[in-house]
Amino acid sequence: MRYGLLAVVLISAATLGGCEGVLDPKGPIALAERQILINALGIMLAIVIPVILATLGFAFWFRASNERARYRPDFTYSGRLELLVWSIPGMTVLLVGGVAWIGAHDLDPGRPISSTVKPVNVQVVSLDWKWLFIYPDEGIASVNKLVVPVGTPVSFELTSSSVMNSFFVPQLGSQIYTMSGMATRLHLQADHLGTYPGISAMFSGDGFPDMHFTVDAVTDDKFAQWVRQTRETGSVLDKQGYADLVKPSRAVAPFTYRGVAPDLFGSIVNAGMGTQDSHQDASLSVCSTSQRAER
Amino acid sequence: MNFLGKLDWNAIPLHEPIIMGATGFMVLVVLVVLGFVTVKGAWPYLWREWLTSVDHKRIGAMYCILALVMMLRGFSDAIMIRSQQALAAGGAQGYLPPEHFNQIFSAHGTIMILFMAMPFVVGLMNFAVPLQLGVRDVAFPTLNSVSFWLTASGALLVNISLAVGEFSKATWWGYPPLSEMQYSPGVGVDYYLWSLQISGIGTLLAGINFVTTILKLRAPGMSYMRMPVFCWTALAANLLIVAAFPVLTATLAMLALDRYLGFHFFSLEGQGNQMLYSNLFWVWGHPEVYILILPAFGVFSEVMATFSGKPLFGYRSMVAATMTICVLSFLVWLHHFFTMGASANVNGFFGVMSMIIALPTGAKVFNWLFTMYGGRVRFSVPVLWSIGFIVTFVIGGMTGVLMAVPPADFQLHNSVFLVAHFHNVAIGGVVFGVMAGYNYWFPKAFGFKLDERWGRASFWCWFVGFYVAFMPLYVLGLMGMTRRMQHYDNLSWQPWLIAAAFGTAIILVGVVCQIVQLVVSIRHREELRDVTGDPWNARTLEWATASPPPAWNFAFQPKVAGLDAFWSSKSHAQATREEPAPPRNYEPVEMPKNSATGFVTAFFAVVIGFALIWHIWWLAGVGMFGAFVTLLAFSFRRHNEIEVPAEEIARFVRAHQAGVAA
Amino acid sequence: MNIAVAIDQIPQEALPSASEAGPAPKRIVVAFGFWIFLLSDIVMFAALFASYAVLVRSTAGGPTGAQLFNQTTVAIETACLLFSSYTCGLMSLAVNSRRYLRTYLGALITFALGAIFLGLEIREFLSMIAIGAAPQRSAFLSAFFTLVGCHGLHVALGLIWLTVMMVQVAVFGFAARVQHRLLCFSLFWHALDIVWVGVLTVVYLMGVSS
Repeated sequence: MRYGLLAVVLISAATLGGCEGVLDPKGPIALAERQILINALGIMLAIVIPVILATLGFAFWFRASNERARYRPDFTYSGRLELLVWSIPGMTVLLVGGVAWIGAHDLDPGRPISSTVKPVNVQVVSLDWKWLFIYPDEGIASVNKLVVPVGTPVSFELTSSSVMNSFFVPQLGSQIYTMSGMATRLHLQADHLGTYPGISAMFSGDGFPDMHFTVDAVTDDKFAQWVRQTRETGSVLDKQGYADLVKPSRAVAPFTYRGVAPDLFGSIVNAGMGTQDSHQDASLSVCSTSQRAER
Repeated sequence: MNFLGKLDWNAIPLHEPIIMGATGFMVLVVLVVLGFVTVKGAWPYLWREWLTSVDHKRIGAMYCILALVMMLRGFSDAIMIRSQQALAAGGAQGYLPPEHFNQIFSAHGTIMILFMAMPFVVGLMNFAVPLQLGVRDVAFPTLNSVSFWLTASGALLVNISLAVGEFSKATWWGYPPLSEMQYSPGVGVDYYLWSLQISGIGTLLAGINFVTTILKLRAPGMSYMRMPVFCWTALAANLLIVAAFPVLTATLAMLALDRYLGFHFFSLEGQGNQMLYSNLFWVWGHPEVYILILPAFGVFSEVMATFSGKPLFGYRSMVAATMTICVLSFLVWLHHFFTMGASANVNGFFGVMSMIIALPTGAKVFNWLFTMYGGRVRFSVPVLWSIGFIVTFVIGGMTGVLMAVPPADFQLHNSVFLVAHFHNVAIGGVVFGVMAGYNYWFPKAFGFKLDERWGRASFWCWFVGFYVAFMPLYVLGLMGMTRRMQHYDNLSWQPWLIAAAFGTAIILVGVVCQIVQLVVSIRHREELRDVTGDPWNARTLEWATASPPPAWNFAFQPKVAGLDAFWSSKSHAQATREEPAPPRNYEPVEMPKNSATGFVTAFFAVVIGFALIWHIWWLAGVGMFGAFVTLLAFSFRRHNEIEVPAEEIARFVRAHQAGVAA
Repeated sequence: MNIAVAIDQIPQEALPSASEAGPAPKRIVVAFGFWIFLLSDIVMFAALFASYAVLVRSTAGGPTGAQLFNQTTVAIETACLLFSSYTCGLMSLAVNSRRYLRTYLGALITFALGAIFLGLEIREFLSMIAIGAAPQRSAFLSAFFTLVGCHGLHVALGLIWLTVMMVQVAVFGFAARVQHRLLCFSLFWHALDIVWVGVLTVVYLMGVSS
């Protein structure tokens, strides 16, 4: 019990003081996820704390040396208690299950964020061991640094050039796997100016711990300015440039490309399918789960 | 073609002081043990009574010894992981380079689940189930020995990887494409594959053996609804083994074909499908969790009832809950990858299914509570572990249900919050369970109790150490720390990780206390001797025979008239003040004969595994031929049974009764 | 074992229900255990079937099933295997009535049919590899060779087992444990038939029709 309380204290201390990750959300998705965490935790603590207290209480009161406790060796079944025993967890599961079902739909990573602002499209490629962000509409690309305008939904398409990774910006919300040969979808939004850490949340080899990036949430003007500046400097990410970039490297400092070969992302996905054949070929039954998200 | 395949002197990591130190220590310990056995001239005894034994009690004890040894190995990995993460903050790299750190966490997971927890629960089932059922052995005693030795072979291969070559760096799941030849060209993944494959076959055979034993060999009168709950949980766990382990076998075989012959099941080329592996792996992996926890639930049920001095509350409810969990465990695997981009309906379904498992589990917790209610609880060591379990497990269950909410999992997946969660249920559930079982059945197995004081000390260190080690990880997970980081930049994480490392140190003290407990108990075995065979005033049939039980378990086949058979016969005897039954005519008993089949087959299994890992094809052929000939020789053995004369049984019973009287 | 003996001595009317009857006789235990093993084996095949179903369209631009499968060979293979189940059944009857000659004859025909099946399958595999449809060509072919090959491996092991059993009949006669093992063998052989019916349907028939 002491430790259950300790846990609660620790978590609340972290909420008040530490302020990182999901505890300090900076966008609507992460905010909703924190709310779900708190709701589900609250529902369950309402049953977990009494259970822990009852365990310690029963054990203490019915200790063998306590002569005031009544010994009832034949108390082995009670229909009413059984009903209670099954219905208490049942009701909890019902409540949390509701949270889960509704949450799974509301916060489906593939579901666009409703907003009056036109979303920014970003294509994400996880490489060994760095992140490539392609802005297809702006025709630029960036490595290990994601710049997004504040208050604007960002629509991500994600894939991997090699092994599985997971794209994750804790303060903005959901993570999603990047897998070679297919594209997953994710929608996030930053509501506050600032710089937020982004990571790979799926172990991907020796360079994994350095595979992080930063997300700069800037004003619209700053974003436009960044796009302009980016277009003026650096090299172009063409086939050759991509072949150089794919080579494994660790702890790469952020840099940008002033141009990107058309549909580079699509060709990376196709290359990962291991066939030059038609696109529909990927209608694998398991694969379809992620393609469903794509639609 | 190289005569020794990929094997050469470079395979031994001479330039790695930590690995060589560990190897040297391991070799030293093995040499000391072997030397001790030789000096004592104990080889014939060891061979006759243990290595070739097909007695389920001996095999059970050997499983537990294997588990305890592997626990030390897995725990030293844990210490390295925690100390590395406590050090490697900011620019610091700690003392373990990535290629070593990645092996360590992969080995830690593999060992703790498959070579510590698994052998421990199988060992306890081996020891207790036939005794509780009131029979003389399992259905297939020699197969039982084969199962054990195959598990030991797998464990041996994992340990060989320390000295020769490397272990997998692709996590204990071995997700492709990372585990494919392209990204893991070394032998590490091959060690992982073959050690799991060999021990997995052993486990599968054990599962078949136990399902048959429980369903077909029970004492007369023991209907299903009179079986002790531990037998029910063992039945559920072994049904899960039979239904889940073949999937692991197939999955690992496919990965092996990818790696060895260039197949394209999960590879990037040839339109392989990496998601197929994740699905298949967790179709095995999630039931595996319940294979481990269900027998632990069984232990707690036995311990709670025994030490509360009353029958288990809600027996039927417990049985129903166990079997519900058994079935549901196959319907939740997708919650291991909500973040793979499945549709909201799929994620929602598996989220809700995962929560529904909490329903029978919750019912069990309440039933244990009401077992204590109205009882006379004696706080012996097994009870401490059990109460510690309830308190800890409900917290772990709560965080588990939390992660079953898909949007919460989008945040917490693969974070150290997850690490904290599954250690919360694996330590708080499985480890506490096997420790309760170890303390509970030890006197039955060896004839003397374990020292209480050191047992208590060990429990408290584990209990407190667990919270200090893992509560910080919950916080770190919420702060966005992901798992498997060899180093990290965020300095605000470091204090929490130092606290976690400190918690590991407290657990270490607990482990040391356990070892001391064992040593002290062996030295004081005469004071701790259990002459009655029933040191805890217990309820089930295993306590009806002597401690340690004779090879034949029961002089007469017990007849069962109700639940808690031994308890009712004790209270009946007390109520009627009956004299013990007059001496009956003992009959000779046929017992299965010792067999080296298991040991020799497993030896060849190690040869096959090692040869395949290093691509030494001729040696693999030799190994397979050897294993085949061994099994063939066994099948041509004329006499598998040996008769124990009635006089020997009578003598044993007289000696036991004299002990009880004195 | 003793348990089997002990149970035989309990008067049957004293037993209230089957689940309280005490330990089952050895023959039942062995057959039951083997059944459980067969179930686990079928679970393993289920995993392979599932993988095949997932990967069947992943031909990576290579040949599809419809282009590769030869229905005639498959029909002969099926006929061999199904008929061998029949002869295996005849062998079991001969074992029960303890007739040596019929047992050997049944075993011989079963073995021959199994061997023909295996030979045809190996020929099919080799011809596919010869035209470049090797398992390394695509995920579909990997899954095909593994699923069908795993069944073939079981048949091959069955043939070895059958040979060993005939030697045991010669050495031990119809001893109880030889009979138990032959019982298990026939269960095994029939189970392989069931798996083959699955392979035929899922791989060959559905492969050609789609």
